[in-house]
Amino acid sequence: MSAEPHYTLYHPRWYRRRVSVWWWLQKRSYTGFVLRELTSIFVAFFAVVYLWQLRALTQGPEAYEQFLARLATPLFLALDTVAFLFVLFHAITWFNLTPKAMVVRWRGKRVPDWLILGLNYAAWLVLSGAVAFVLLRE
Amino acid sequence: MERITPLLWLLFSAGGTVAALLFPVHFFLTGLAFPLGWLEAPSYEFLHRLLTHPLTRLYLFSLISLPLFHWAHRFRYTLYDGLQLKHLTVLIAVLCYGAALAGTAMAAYLLWGIS
Repeated sequence: MSAEPHYTLYHPRWYRRRVSVWWWLQKRSYTGFVLRELTSIFVAFFAVVYLWQLRALTQGPEAYEQFLARLATPLFLALDTVAFLFVLFHAITWFNLTPKAMVVRWRGKRVPDWLILGLNYAAWLVLSGAVAFVLLRE
Repeated sequence: MERITPLLWLLFSAGGTVAALLFPVHFFLTGLAFPLGWLEAPSYEFLHRLLTHPLTRLYLFSLISLPLFHWAHRFRYTLYDGLQLKHLTVLIAVLCYGAALAGTAMAAYLLWGIS
C-alpha cells in the first residue's frame, strides 16, 4: 500500500484505480450484501448481552435487578431496537439462503426449495414459541 | 490456518443457524418486551432455578458460543472487503477468533460456577 508505484524488473505493475471504501453504496444489491455482512456485529452484541445477564445471575438478585434496569435505559432500548432489526434481517437472509447452500435429495429427487424454506420457517416458529413458553411460564 | 478452515466454516454455519432460529425471540423478549413492560421479566429465582438444570446450561453455552464464532468468521471478511484490510489478515483472524474463544471460555466459566 505504498504511495509510490512499485516496479519489478520484468514488467511494470498494472495500473489499478483504488476502489472507494463506500463502493457498496452505489448499487442496492451491494448495499444489501454489506448490510447482511454487518448483521454479524449485532449477533455478537446479543451474545455479549446474554453473557452479561448470565454473569448477573451468578452474582445474585441485586445484580440481576441492575441488569434489568440497565436494559430499560433509552440508550439500550435504542441499541436493542436496531440490533433486533439486524438480527431479524440475519434470520431471514439466512433461511432464504439455505436451499441454495444445501441441496437435499430424497429418493433420488431434489427436495424443492419451497419445502426446505417452509421447514426452516416452521422450525423458527416452533422454537420461538418454545423459548417464549419456557421464559414466560412463571 | 488452511487446515482448520473447514472447522471454522462449520462453526460459522452452525452459529448462523443458531442465531437465525433463536436470537430473534430471545432478543425480542430480553431486549424489548421485558424492558418496555409489554411482558413481565422472569424473576431471579425462576431463572436461577432454570439454570441449575444441565440442559439449560448446555443450551445457553451453545446459544452464546456458536454465534460468537459465526460473528468471528463473518466479521473477518467484512473487515477485509469493507475496509480493504487484506494486508492485516493474520492480525484480524487472531483478534476475531480470539474474541470468540474468550467469550466461549467466559460462558463455560460462568455456567460451570453456578451452584
